[in-house]
Amino acid sequence: MPPIDTLYTSTLGAFEAAHAGFVQVALAVSAFLFVIGALGVFIRRNVITVMMCIELMLNAVNLAFIAFSRAHGTIDGQILVFFVFTVAAAEAAVGLAIVIALQRHREDLDVDSFNLLKG
Amino acid sequence: MFAPERIVMVAPWMVLFMPLFGFLVLAFFGGLAKKQGRQQGMMVIATSCVFVSFALALATVWGLMALPAGDHGLHFVQPSLPLDWIDVAGFTIPLALLIDPLSASLMLVITGIGFLIHLYSVGYMSHDEERVRYFSYLNLFTFFMLVLVTGGSLALMFVGWEGVGLCSYLLIGFWFKKQSASDAGKKAFIVNRVGDAGLIIGMALAASYLGTLDLMELSTGAVAGKAEAFGVFGPFTLIAIALFIGACGKSAQIPLHVWLPDAMEGPTPVSALIHAATMVTAGVYMVARLGALYTLSETAMWIVAVVGGVTAFVAATIAIVQNDIKKVLAYSTVSQLGYMFLACGVGAFGVAVFHLVTHAFFKALMFLGSGSVIHGLSGEQDMRQMGGLRTRMPWTFWTFTAGWLAIIGTPFFSGFFSKDEILIAAFDHNTFLFGLALLTAGLTAFYMSRLYFMTFMGEYRGTLEKAQADHGSHAAHAGHDGKADNQADNQADDHGGHGQGHSGIHESPAVMLIPLFVLAIGSVFSGFIHIPQFVEPAIRVEEALSHPAWMPFLATAVAFAGFWVAYLMYAGALREMPAKLATKYAGLKDLLDAKWGFDDAYDSFVRNGVNGVVDVSERVLWKKVDAGWIDGVVNGMGRLAVELSEGGKLLQNGLVRGSALSILAGAVALLSAILWAQR
Repeated sequence: MPPIDTLYTSTLGAFEAAHAGFVQVALAVSAFLFVIGALGVFIRRNVITVMMCIELMLNAVNLAFIAFSRAHGTIDGQILVFFVFTVAAAEAAVGLAIVIALQRHREDLDVDSFNLLKG
Repeated sequence: MFAPERIVMVAPWMVLFMPLFGFLVLAFFGGLAKKQGRQQGMMVIATSCVFVSFALALATVWGLMALPAGDHGLHFVQPSLPLDWIDVAGFTIPLALLIDPLSASLMLVITGIGFLIHLYSVGYMSHDEERVRYFSYLNLFTFFMLVLVTGGSLALMFVGWEGVGLCSYLLIGFWFKKQSASDAGKKAFIVNRVGDAGLIIGMALAASYLGTLDLMELSTGAVAGKAEAFGVFGPFTLIAIALFIGACGKSAQIPLHVWLPDAMEGPTPVSALIHAATMVTAGVYMVARLGALYTLSETAMWIVAVVGGVTAFVAATIAIVQNDIKKVLAYSTVSQLGYMFLACGVGAFGVAVFHLVTHAFFKALMFLGSGSVIHGLSGEQDMRQMGGLRTRMPWTFWTFTAGWLAIIGTPFFSGFFSKDEILIAAFDHNTFLFGLALLTAGLTAFYMSRLYFMTFMGEYRGTLEKAQADHGSHAAHAGHDGKADNQADNQADDHGGHGQGHSGIHESPAVMLIPLFVLAIGSVFSGFIHIPQFVEPAIRVEEALSHPAWMPFLATAVAFAGFWVAYLMYAGALREMPAKLATKYAGLKDLLDAKWGFDDAYDSFVRNGVNGVVDVSERVLWKKVDAGWIDGVVNGMGRLAVELSEGGKLLQNGLVRGSALSILAGAVALLSAILWAQR
C-alpha cells in the first residue's frame, strides 16, 4: 500500500488537473456561505436562527478545509472537519438546551433582550 | 595603675562620660522621681556627676603635665577609641580626643564653673516643677560642651558644637509656656544655623583642600606647605572666613549677635553657664585652636580683628541704655567676646583664651549675682526698680563687687590682667583697633558701674517692700515656708519662675551663695595664673609683645574715668544728667535703644525677603506649579481613566450580536495584519 499522499497524486492527479478550477470555486462558495452565516448572526434576532447561521458558518469553514485539503493534496483538512463536526454537535446540544431554558424562563428568544453579560 | 600615662588616656573619657551618665539617669528616671516627689535626689545626682567630672578633669591636667613634653614644650595626648568614626575613600576621622593645655584648661573651666552653677541651680530652681528636666538639659549641655573642647577633629568638635546649640535652645525656651521665651529659643537656634552653615562649609573646604579635619594637623605647620600652591584669596582665607562665620554665630559677634540678648529669657544660671562662661566662648576656642591656620591668612585675621573690635564697641554702647539687669550683662558678654576676637585677630590667641577664662569667672559670678538679686526681688529684672540692695543682700553685694571690679579692670583683679594684654596686643597691631578697645574699656567701666550703682547703691526704688510693709520682717520667712503650696502656678508667670512663694527682699540661701564665693575668689585671683604661657604651645603662635610700661596706667585711668562718670551720674552729684543727655541727644538715644537697628534690619530685610519668597512661592510654585501642573497631571490621570472606562463600558453592553461583531472585527483585523505582513 503506497502512502496516502502518493495515492492521491497517482490516482487523483489526473482528476485534479482536469478540475483545476475546483478549489477556487469551492473557496468562493465557502466564503459566500460564511458571509451569509455571519450576516445572519448579525442581522437575525431569533436565537434559533442565529444558531442555524452559526452552523452555516461552521460548514462554510468545513468546505474551505476540504478545498484546501484537496489543493494541498493532504488529508489534514479532512480530519479537522471531523473535529468541527464534533464541536458543532456539542455546540448545538448545549445551545439548544440554553434555548429551551430561555424559552421556559423568559418566554422570549430575541437575542437583544439577553444582556446578562453586561459589564 | 595611677601612672600619668594611663590617667590621661582614660580620665578624659570619664570626664565626658559623667555628665552624659547624669543626663541619661535624669532622662530615664526623672519622670518616676517627679511622681514620687524625689526631685532633690535627681538634682544631687546631676550635680555630683559634674563634680566627679571636675575632679577627673583635675586628674587629667595633673597627668598631662606630668608627661614628658613633646615638640615646642607641648604636653599633649590623643586618647582614641579603637575604631574610626568615619572611614570613606581614604578619608578617616577617628574617634579621638585631643588633650593639651588649651583643651585641658577649658575642661577645668567647664566642669568647675559648671559644677558651681549646678549647685547654684539647686537653690535657684528649687520651686520649679520641671527642675529635673532642667538638670537633665544642664548635664547634657556639659557633656556636649566637653565634646566640643576635647574633640580631636573639627568633625567631632562639630558634634559638640551642635549639641550645645540644641541644649542652649532647650534651656532658653525652658519656660516655653511664655511666648517670649519660646520665641527667644527659636531665634537663638535659627541665628546659630546661619553660623553653622558657615562652619560646615569651612569644614568641607578644609577636608577637600587640606585633606584633614584633625585639629592637631590643622594647627601644626603641616598644612602650611599647601598654602604656597594657592593665592591670597586661596583656600586658607576661605576656610578661615567660613569657620569664622560659624564662630560669629556661636559667639554672638556682629552681625549674628542678635540672639544672645534675647537668650536672657532662660533661667539665670543658664545665662551664666551657657551664655557667658562656656558655650558662647566656643567660637573663641575654635579660632584660637586653629590659630596657626588663621595666621596664614592676613585677610581672615583682619576680618576677625575688625569684627571683634566693632562688636566690642557696639555692644558696649548698647549696654549703656539697657535697664534690664540681665540685658546689660548680655551686651557686656557680647562686648567681652568681641575683645577676645580682637585679641585673636591681632594674633594674640593665648591672650584671648586668657580673657576667656577670666571672663568666665567674673561674668558667671555677675550673672549668678544678678540671679540672686532677681530671686530676692521675686523676679524683678528692671534696675529702675532696684537700688539699695547692699544692705538687704550683703553677700550677693560683696561677691558682685568682686566681679564688678574684675570686669572694669581694677588693678590686680583678673580682668585687669587679661584686658591689659588685649590692649597691648591691639596697640602693637593697629592704632584704630587699639583706640576702639580702649574706648570700649571706658564704656565697660561706665555701664558696669551704672548697673552696680543702680542695683546696690542709693535707696530702694521698687514697690515690693511697700506691699509687704505691714507683714513685718518675718513675712519673708513665712513666705518661704509657704512656698510648697504654690509650686505649680509659678512656672511661667514671671521672669525667674519664682512666684508668690517669696515675699519681701531676702538674701539667697547658702546653696546659692557658696558658688558666688568661689567664683568671687576666681574673679579676684585667676589673673595671676598666666594662662597665655600655659596654652600658647598648643596654639603654636608665639607673639612677642612689646610691654609699654604706661599701658596698665592708661587702662586703669580709662576704667577709672568710666567709673567716675557713672558714679557722678548714678550715685553722685550729676543724677539729673542721664535724663538731660537722653533728651539732648535723642537721636543717639534712639539709635542705642534700637540696638543700632540690627533687629529692625533683620526684621525688614529677612522678613520682607522671606515674605517675598513666600509670595512668589504661593503664586508660582503653589498655585501654578503645584495646583496647576502637578495636581493637573495627577487629577488628569484619574479623569482619563474615568473617561476611558466610560467609553470602554459601551463595549460591554452584554449584547450577543455586539460581541459577535467584535469577534469578527478582531478576526478580520488579525487576518489583515498577517496578510499585510506577509505580502
